[in-house]
Amino acid sequence: MEIKSGLQIERTIKPYLIGLALAVILTAIPFGLVAAGSLPRQTTLIIIAGFAVVQILVHLTFFLHIDFRTTPRENLVALAFAVVLIFIMVGGSLWIMFDLYRRMMV
Amino acid sequence: MSSIADMTINPRDAERYEEKDFGFWLYLMSDAVIFACLFATYLVMVGNTAGGPTPKDVFSLDRAAAETALLLLSSTTFGVAAVALSAGERSKVLLWLAITFLLGASFIFLEFGEFRGLIAEGAGPERSGFLSAFFTLVGTHGLHVSVGLVWILVMIGQVFFKGLTAPVASRLMRLGLFWHFLDIIWVVIFSVVYLPGLV
Repeated sequence: MEIKSGLQIERTIKPYLIGLALAVILTAIPFGLVAAGSLPRQTTLIIIAGFAVVQILVHLTFFLHIDFRTTPRENLVALAFAVVLIFIMVGGSLWIMFDLYRRMMV
Repeated sequence: MSSIADMTINPRDAERYEEKDFGFWLYLMSDAVIFACLFATYLVMVGNTAGGPTPKDVFSLDRAAAETALLLLSSTTFGVAAVALSAGERSKVLLWLAITFLLGASFIFLEFGEFRGLIAEGAGPERSGFLSAFFTLVGTHGLHVSVGLVWILVMIGQVFFKGLTAPVASRLMRLGLFWHFLDIIWVVIFSVVYLPGLV
């Protein structure tokens, strides 16, 4: 088959199975930590955030097949731009709103 | 009908599909920005319970785990359908699309049950800022999944009646992007909404 698509067509099941296995591990650990409730709250939150970031990268790699070799450059640029926008908007909103909360407490 | 020869396409069409893929990718990125705004809103509002139920009172770890499992499995089964597509096996594509649909529908069923239960016990979106933000964020994701389910049904129809032609294959690839993208949003939802709410 010669569908030349902007995004790669996967021919084997392997990446999906690797992705599934990694995602199951990365999901089970934070859920297990919350269910057990044995670690301090702050530590648990940091671990949840860390696992979420890794799992997003796993999904991008093994389900969406984003990589630096085959993915068209403009798709990567759009992705990078979205990531920057998200950081500015979410980070900026939280910064402003929680700073406001603190000042209003006085 | 679904022979491999059906899917060979001339270079001009290939270019058109590439443009469509890129356009759809831009849509996904802007959708990610919309979800990011809803996440920021939720994080700002989560403490504003107005004396009503807190996240701990209304979230269920078991239900969140079940929803996560269903979406993750459906992402994988869609992958199996994509592999069958690249091999030109029409009946397999139909089978795995149908399984993906059932998993996605079960997810929506669970989420609908959660929303209905909350509203029934007076913890609807009008109760507090926290619940408004929660229903908006998780509801928007659920709406996306529902649209994805309709799209899967449409594609099952197209594969059944038109076969695995080049335009149908191209649409299936974009549906795959959409479906896997929604799974990523769900990862952020359980990591930002459900798990921190239950810690």
